[in-house]
Amino acid sequence: MKAQRAVWGDTLTELAETDDRIVVVDGDLATSTMAVTFANAHPERFIQAGIAEQNMVGIAFGMSTLGYRPWLSSFGVFLTNRALDQVRMLVSQTKAPVRLAAAYTGLLNGASGKTHQDIEDLSVMRALPNMTVLAPADETEAAAIIRWAAEHDGPVYLRLARDAVADVFDSGYEFRIGQPVLLRDGGDGAAAEVTVVSTGVQTSRTVEAVSAVETSGRSVRHVHLPTIKPLDDDALWALLDGARTVVTVEEHSVVGGLGDVVAAVLAGHASGARLTKVGLADSWAESGPNDFLLDKYGLSADRVAARIRDAVGERVPS
Amino acid sequence: MTRNDARDVEHLETVAREGRWRVLETVAASKAGHVGGPMSAMDLMVALYFHQLRIDPERPHDPDRDRFILSKGHSAIGLYSVLALRGYFPVEELATFDHGDSRLQGHPDMKLTPGVDSSTGSLGQGLSAGSGMAIAAKMQGKDFHTWVVLGDGEIEEGMVWETVIHAPRYGLDNLTAIVDLNGLQQYGWPAGDHDRYDRSEPMGHVNLPAVFRGFGWNVIEINGHDFEEILDAYAEVDAARGTTGKPTAIIAHTVKGNGVSFTRATFKWHNGVPTAEQLDTARAELLIDQKTEALA
Repeated sequence: MKAQRAVWGDTLTELAETDDRIVVVDGDLATSTMAVTFANAHPERFIQAGIAEQNMVGIAFGMSTLGYRPWLSSFGVFLTNRALDQVRMLVSQTKAPVRLAAAYTGLLNGASGKTHQDIEDLSVMRALPNMTVLAPADETEAAAIIRWAAEHDGPVYLRLARDAVADVFDSGYEFRIGQPVLLRDGGDGAAAEVTVVSTGVQTSRTVEAVSAVETSGRSVRHVHLPTIKPLDDDALWALLDGARTVVTVEEHSVVGGLGDVVAAVLAGHASGARLTKVGLADSWAESGPNDFLLDKYGLSADRVAARIRDAVGERVPS
Repeated sequence: MTRNDARDVEHLETVAREGRWRVLETVAASKAGHVGGPMSAMDLMVALYFHQLRIDPERPHDPDRDRFILSKGHSAIGLYSVLALRGYFPVEELATFDHGDSRLQGHPDMKLTPGVDSSTGSLGQGLSAGSGMAIAAKMQGKDFHTWVVLGDGEIEEGMVWETVIHAPRYGLDNLTAIVDLNGLQQYGWPAGDHDRYDRSEPMGHVNLPAVFRGFGWNVIEINGHDFEEILDAYAEVDAARGTTGKPTAIIAHTVKGNGVSFTRATFKWHNGVPTAEQLDTARAELLIDQKTEALA
């Protein structure tokens, strides 16, 4: 159990020992994003851009044309909003191998509040052509995805969480781009009563929620989606086929994120399943401790479990 | 990489007239495109591609080539005309500008057009991209220079100033910003109590040389249509590379639409399509029928 931002700093530092294409361009947040680890180990490959996210993207693009594979170090909310036009024209359009290491994503950002809550990033980034959009569940998957991204010859958006979550995967985990991960089959040979799809660190909290629902006698299939784009639609559909009740769970707005990715797959197959999108309502949140925010905005394990029970209950009235 | 060290101003003037003609001819054929900006920046770009830059049109991706970025990407047809005349692609291909399936897009696309070092279009981003190339060149011990042409309307974009603050801190004396100060932008500013907007002098109230110097840049101010002054400025930049630790801003005083009487110094030719009669006028004024020497 280690925070993903620390995993990023450590893994990138290690990879850079043997990969001299790796550079980090920081937006004066290295002690928050943990780019500081890289800066201390590889100071000659650490570029400080200052508090100027648009220039960060331009610098990284320019460096990429000379063979570097730059990683941007800033809060996700600034990379995906403040610098969106730069990411769109210089990175997405040109397929430049620039990696957006988005720190402090989602609702939980150390009580910085709504201006810093990066809750539209998946929606915005997946609309950009050529962009690979990744949201790891825990420490182990974050490390695996960083290693994959380091070798990818194109733009990557990597959603990283500030705070550690309970482990989902063990050390044998292998990341496969575009593939959904079946965490719990739930059906024991038959179709589960409800299929839950989650992404990012919200998967960790959802594992706990699913356990609670199963304890109360419901059968639940749980699918984790670390790749928002490019997604193997057929592979996801293979896990959704036959489901009559589907619940998506994400630490992100319900507009344009995981819920809509899953909705498109269900609709594309005319599945007829009833879909409940659990995420942040189309509104602003607030500052506060993590437990308070997760509970108030419906993303704690208890609140998610309640939504899953509601979804099943609506289909099978008791 | 080689460059043309000969200082043949007469030849450069001939090429620049040809370049302006190709802009007008192409825009007339495509029935769309910008005119004023390509013609104000033409002499600056001709002096780069036909004298200054260490380039080889046969090897547009040579890692040691000098880089050029047209940050004011809407002047693309000006760049395409110069690239074609320099031999990056056939001059005849200019006729495909703005057409479907063309390598010559409305704004420069590095993935499509040989010789284009950075995609541009959304204004204000080219200097930043160039600074990344300059930083990378320093890290790799490469001697090439990165040149960026910006418009005076374009530098209203805030991102430009992020780069202006940043570049001196990294000692980028291998980066040069050329500001095409043509004094006219597309629509402009409220002007007193009358309803006609004043397109002139987007930076008229700004002491640009002082601003760049204040941020730590070396500044050279020139007439952007005088090849002697342009070549002197480029030579000064060359001499400074690797020694001063300062990027250079060339403030080039230019005239929008320069070179042809009806397009010169009027906001109406920011974009526009010349008529057949106007093309005849331009052809005569640019001495196109008197051209005798081979160009590139």
